[in-house]
Amino acid sequence: MTTPSLSSLLMVPVNAVMRIIEAPLRRLQKATGIGGMAAFFLAPNMLIFGIFVLLPLVINFVYSMTGGTAFFLSERDFIGGAQYSRLFECQNYLDPMSCQEDAFWTAVGNTFWFVVLQVSLMILTALITALILNRELAARSFWRAVFFFPVLLSPVVVGLIWKWILQRQGLLNFGLYQFGMDPYTWLTDRNWTFAATIGVSLWAHMGFYALIILAGLQAIPKDLYEAAEMDGTKPARVFWRITLPLLAPNLLVVVVLALIKSVQVFDEIYVLTGGGPGTSTLFLTQYIYETGFASALRNPGLAAAASILMGGVLVVLTLIQLGIGRRGESKGKR
Amino acid sequence: MGEIKLTDVKKSFGALAVLKDIDLHIRHGEFVVFVGPSGCGKSTLLRTIAGLEKVSGGEIEIDGKRVNEVTAADRGLAMVFQSYALYPHMSVRQNLAFGLENSNMPKAEITERINEAARMLEIEAYMDRRPGQLSGGQRQRVAIGRAIVRRPTAFLLDEPLSNLDAELRVSTRAELAALHGRLGSTMIYVTHDQVEAMTLAHRIVVMRAGKIEQVGTPLELYNEPANRFVAGFIGAPHMNFLKAEVVAVSAGSATLTFAGGYRADLQSGQAKLQVGDKVTVGVRPQHLVVSGDPQHPAAKLYLVEALGSETVVHGDIGGEKLLAVLPGQQRLNAGDRVHFDLSKPVLHVFDDNGHRLFTHPGSGG
Amino acid sequence: MGNVARFILRRRGAHGSGKGWHWTDVFTWVWLIGGLIIMFGPAVWLVFSSLKTPAALAEFPPSILPYVTSQATVEGYDKPLMLYNATMPDGSTRVLAEVRRIGLVAQMVDPNAPGEIVKVNINDRSPVRTMSFATNNYTEPFVHFDFLRYLWNSVFVTVVATLITLVVNSMAAFALSKYEFKGRSLAMLVILATLMVPLSVIMVPLYSIISTLGLFNSLWGVILPTVATPTGVFILRQYMLTIPDELLDAARMDKASEWQIYWRIVLPLTAPALAVLAIFSVVWRWNDFLWPLIVLSRRELYTLQVGLSIYSGELNVQWHFILAMTVVTMIPVVLVFIFLQRFITTGIAGTGLK
Ligand SMILES: Nc1ncnc2c1ncn2[C@@H]1O[C@H](COP(=O)(O)OP(=O)(O)O)[C@@H](O)[C@H]1O
Ligand SMILES: [Mg+2]
Repeated sequence: MTTPSLSSLLMVPVNAVMRIIEAPLRRLQKATGIGGMAAFFLAPNMLIFGIFVLLPLVINFVYSMTGGTAFFLSERDFIGGAQYSRLFECQNYLDPMSCQEDAFWTAVGNTFWFVVLQVSLMILTALITALILNRELAARSFWRAVFFFPVLLSPVVVGLIWKWILQRQGLLNFGLYQFGMDPYTWLTDRNWTFAATIGVSLWAHMGFYALIILAGLQAIPKDLYEAAEMDGTKPARVFWRITLPLLAPNLLVVVVLALIKSVQVFDEIYVLTGGGPGTSTLFLTQYIYETGFASALRNPGLAAAASILMGGVLVVLTLIQLGIGRRGESKGKR
Repeated sequence: MGEIKLTDVKKSFGALAVLKDIDLHIRHGEFVVFVGPSGCGKSTLLRTIAGLEKVSGGEIEIDGKRVNEVTAADRGLAMVFQSYALYPHMSVRQNLAFGLENSNMPKAEITERINEAARMLEIEAYMDRRPGQLSGGQRQRVAIGRAIVRRPTAFLLDEPLSNLDAELRVSTRAELAALHGRLGSTMIYVTHDQVEAMTLAHRIVVMRAGKIEQVGTPLELYNEPANRFVAGFIGAPHMNFLKAEVVAVSAGSATLTFAGGYRADLQSGQAKLQVGDKVTVGVRPQHLVVSGDPQHPAAKLYLVEALGSETVVHGDIGGEKLLAVLPGQQRLNAGDRVHFDLSKPVLHVFDDNGHRLFTHPGSGG
Repeated sequence: MGNVARFILRRRGAHGSGKGWHWTDVFTWVWLIGGLIIMFGPAVWLVFSSLKTPAALAEFPPSILPYVTSQATVEGYDKPLMLYNATMPDGSTRVLAEVRRIGLVAQMVDPNAPGEIVKVNINDRSPVRTMSFATNNYTEPFVHFDFLRYLWNSVFVTVVATLITLVVNSMAAFALSKYEFKGRSLAMLVILATLMVPLSVIMVPLYSIISTLGLFNSLWGVILPTVATPTGVFILRQYMLTIPDELLDAARMDKASEWQIYWRIVLPLTAPALAVLAIFSVVWRWNDFLWPLIVLSRRELYTLQVGLSIYSGELNVQWHFILAMTVVTMIPVVLVFIFLQRFITTGIAGTGLK
């Protein structure tokens, strides 16, 4: 108490600044009234939202209807829906390679399979982990931390860790060697690489979903289980008849959340595989990024069109999530 | 100074009219209590005076100056909130100092005022504690202290005792009265508890559904309630109300019949009555007198509460409920029939609309 | 001791009838131990690897710990010689330095008596290995590459973005939780809507806006689009709604201006939620990758994440540096994890947002 703490020392300059701006703000309040101050408090956030989220959202539509490689809107030519028709121009709609933008359709296909496999495995493993963490465990918070640990790691770190492990001289091959098998160059094999992207993203994010499911499990009233125990209900029956139905709303939210994140997959995979080998792990976000910025024949209009299509999917998923959330909320209130 | 005048004050939240045409003149140094059932608009009225709510119509004057457009900060009033609203992250001392610092008072004077208030309220021992470390009663004192240090033109108190336990409430009530005597400033006090109102107020403002029903001293309200609502609200236990009909009128007196057919001659003063008028007769439970005369209406008791110093009996008279507070310890049981002399006690007679027509002075003494 | 074991290995069977292990107990422990290995193993492997010399990194099979083959300078030889444990014909072992190898026979000398050459069958010798930490994996990238610069850029972006996030979002949350005004629900809706707009959907137009504002190749271009997070507004607003309005009224009676109410009353009381948001923001901004990759094209502006990915994508990947820098990049997040894990897990469980 007597010696000033570090934080209170840090606050000295901050408080000085606050004292200086206090007087003009008081005058502002005199002029605008309390209601005006509400606008003042909201303004910075709305300004940033407006410039960096809403404006781009609007511009995106304009962008998707213009051509050329220039970035400034004024230098771009209006071409109507040409970008969209280009995306959808295919000889055979069952074969992405017959499309003009075969990379787009490859990315769509890859993303689709990635989403399907990753989300189902994610929910399964996260649910198992949550159920296990919800048991009477010693040092439960330690075990929770174990599964949660990779969640905070940066995608680049995740990508590099696994790139190092899947290397020819990496840990995985070392493991095979111990069992007398030959080392393999995993990241040059299309199927193994695709599997690796799923595995790595499971590794990196499973803890997050497990945590949300765990919160849902812990919200189930204990007396229900006690009542079931009194009735001598079998554990499997308790799971199917009590746990799962009561967890369902929470689980549904988790599924949609996982879908939303999964559709946008990029960072760690880009570092791990760069989309390769070939285009076997090229996903939508990377397609948009490369079409818009990185490739030699960059085409921001096409990238915008693709991103709007992706945005459409995300909006649908988010609306589903909000719908579920709303329903859960009104249920909770009752 | 501390004269507050409300003229025709209205307040609505959207379509909901919460205050309707409030006229009130509060004199300097007065202790005024707003009382009324929950949700009748007492807090809202207090908050419009404070400047925390803008009026939808009418005028508020403080010391002769119109303050409708003056913000809460500049009205020179202090408020004690029902929840105390102490700043949880500040010590008691900082809580008291906050308002003074905001008006750029010199440090020395702030210290002096805080010390004085602390002495007065006997809160010196815990000046460096946070509100969370205090008991309810201690917090309450700090909340009052925060108002005192400001030396406001008037204190506004919104149910300041309602979060205390019964015993503490009684002692703090007495302290508040003493404090008002010492400070001599205007105090406006909101409560839904009529006992608090009766014990503290110079004048009581009885409110119902956004309207003022009556303004007067506690005894005025008790003795001459303007209407049935005030009569029922002031006084505990509540006044009994019995239906009656005027059957005969003469100068200065009237004859009424009660539900059971019992007749009584009452002194009706100047009241204008007509034969056939349906009226309601109010009688306070304490005023009822047991009679030995079997002619008098009988009540069938269904509950007898012996409190030692008095006996409370609940009964049924001619199909209407009757509650009486009888002195001392009575040998009565549920199921007994007891006769009451209805011309002896003070009787308030109300018309169909609830307005008081006249009061029969009674003859009980 | 028995108690501890029973506590740690608490299981279904023990709970009820005291009979042996239920299959779910076995499964639980397989899952937990497997999880421990899979979740921590890769990171531990990374840390050990980052301490190895390039030569040790190229070895296969690799050793777990960073070993190097010992060398010794021996009188009469210019270059340092490799040291081996050699098994002599009589069964004793000696530490010898290898001079050269001819076929299956190595010519070796005793480092202490370099005069006499000893011939040893190569199957009878094994390298002398000692643990050695290649700390220059860590020091060199800071000195010879731009990593110090990247580190600084990352720290700058993280700290500044977090501070602005806290101020801007708490102001908005304050307005949205404590004032009634026209357009409040519209503002809420707008903020909610932005939850649906991830970077990948708007990166192209956002880039053009950043360029127009002259923020391309500027750390501010990285910072500004990230600071108005809807998540932040929601977390803070939810918390501020629990602060009683009477407290604000009391402050108004105490002559506080609205700004003072925000700064002196509401903000201190929101500290727990601000702490959660600050932790989230630090982790988010430290880990940001795609957007900095787009905005920053000059090497001296790279953040750690961008720098790392660019270096790791080069043709001749210098893994020993990359691994060490990956560890450096991981450190702040691991610190956050160790010390603030409880905050984060409750934060996520409470809001369902990452
Ligand atoms: N901010 C508000 N918005 C809408 N209605 C309100 C608001 N404040 C009070 N009311 C309504 O006004 C009426 C009077 O409230 P109040 O003055 O608090 O009553 P009380 O006499 O119990 O103090 C109540 O019906 C209440 O619901
Ligand atoms: Mg009230």
